[in-house]
Amino acid sequence: MTAISIKDLWLFRGDHPVLEDINLEVAEGDFMGLIGPNGGGKTTLLKVILGMIKPDKGSVEIFGLNPVAARKFIGYVPQKNIFDQNFPVTAMDVVLMGRYSRVGLFKRYGQKDKEEAEKALRSVGMEEYAGREIGSLSGGEQQRVFVARSLVSNPKLLLLDEPATGIDAAQQTEFYDLLSRLNTSMGITIVMVSHDLTAVSKYVSKLACLNQRLYYHGTAELTEEDVEKAYGCPVDMVAHGTPHRVLREHDH
Amino acid sequence: MDWSILGFLEYDFMRVALAAGIAASTLCAVVGIYVILNRIVFISDGIAHAAFGGIGLGYFLGSDPLTFGVASALVTALGIGTITSRSKVSEDTAIGVFLSTGMALGVILMSLSRGYAKDLFSYLFGNILAVTWFDVGTILVLTVAVLALVILLYKEFLLLSFDPVYGEAVGLPVRSLRLLLLSMVAFSVVVLIKIVGIIMVIALLTIPCAICRQHFRGLPGIMAGSAILGTVFVTIGLIISYFFDVPSGATIIITASVAFFVSTFISR
Repeated sequence: MTAISIKDLWLFRGDHPVLEDINLEVAEGDFMGLIGPNGGGKTTLLKVILGMIKPDKGSVEIFGLNPVAARKFIGYVPQKNIFDQNFPVTAMDVVLMGRYSRVGLFKRYGQKDKEEAEKALRSVGMEEYAGREIGSLSGGEQQRVFVARSLVSNPKLLLLDEPATGIDAAQQTEFYDLLSRLNTSMGITIVMVSHDLTAVSKYVSKLACLNQRLYYHGTAELTEEDVEKAYGCPVDMVAHGTPHRVLREHDH
Repeated sequence: MDWSILGFLEYDFMRVALAAGIAASTLCAVVGIYVILNRIVFISDGIAHAAFGGIGLGYFLGSDPLTFGVASALVTALGIGTITSRSKVSEDTAIGVFLSTGMALGVILMSLSRGYAKDLFSYLFGNILAVTWFDVGTILVLTVAVLALVILLYKEFLLLSFDPVYGEAVGLPVRSLRLLLLSMVAFSVVVLIKIVGIIMVIALLTIPCAICRQHFRGLPGIMAGSAILGTVFVTIGLIISYFFDVPSGATIIITASVAFFVSTFISR
């Protein structure tokens, strides 16, 4: 089944196109990396998929539904915002926020919600930190809690916006392994916006590059041409000695 | 002069003042923590100052100034929200414009009326001793209403305060909740104007919560602690004001800020 199907999508801010003629098919079970220069529209595209922004032209279907109706199947980890590190909430409180779409206005979180929250914390290895204040956790631990929050509604699709920001190098590998596990063993489709080309090439099964236009071939590689077009300059992408190449071998 | 500490309670106006202070402290405790967590301290201050425009109008028309004050505070709260979301004016610019416009209108309208100087002073700096039992009733009704809203919408306000972007993504009515919060601030601020005045209102709204945040965990604890602290500040401020014959609004705020600096120093 198709998780995300975007056809001929255009989005304008004033007269200026932010997203230009986007066509994208993400199959269920894919782990897609989305790279591209800053201001290229990566976060905006995620918000379109979430139904937070309406496109001017074109269609978006998530599991065959319109984005707002599909929200309960989507887990979202927004770009790390600089939140108040003394905010008086525990990890458990934060994870429970992810149940909002299921519980709805005025009602309280029930026993079932708490059990689901515990389960989500367990799945990211943070169950022992449930009662800790969010600000007392390290960057990597906080990010795990935010992933737990996105998992607590049992999503079929997970959207992550630069999730590795603020995680130190030692914890990053662990964090990406966690995402891989969610993808392979729990069968969750993942779209991850990232700047970290090394990580992307290592973990993802599909790779797309966005700078207003989307460069995507349904594979884990991009052509050098695509990347140069998107970034507007040559980008050295295989220089990190990664085990997988980001660029496809030249055909010519 | 009666120097026994409780002597001042023999006067009815002191008892009213104390009752108003306790009721207002509870209201401040509940609204204030959301003001701090949502970083809308400056907006709240702008709303308080803009309320002066309405107060001036009510005064000029010979009607109840506080009713007009609430109206203009609400208009300001909604106005700031609307202008910043629909135009290129940044929020703090909009606040600055509303704040000074409200004050200017208030001053002009009040100066066109009689008894200008004395009443102007009490609106700017507060006069808790002029509070009536009817005012206490109004504050209590408002406090109960705000408490009910906060209990009913506890998880919504928590999500709004912590992570509005995520809230929007999971379908939280972010804009409506923010307007509701600003309206609660508008009502609270106008009630507090009677007690500490426009200039100092923001201190009473935020200082007790700011202190409790340094020592308590969890919102309910912070709210309860702030209500108690607020009451203590009002009481001590009133006693100082009574014995030294200085304006009560100022003594209440000085008491609160001394406590804030001490608390900040010891919880470093």
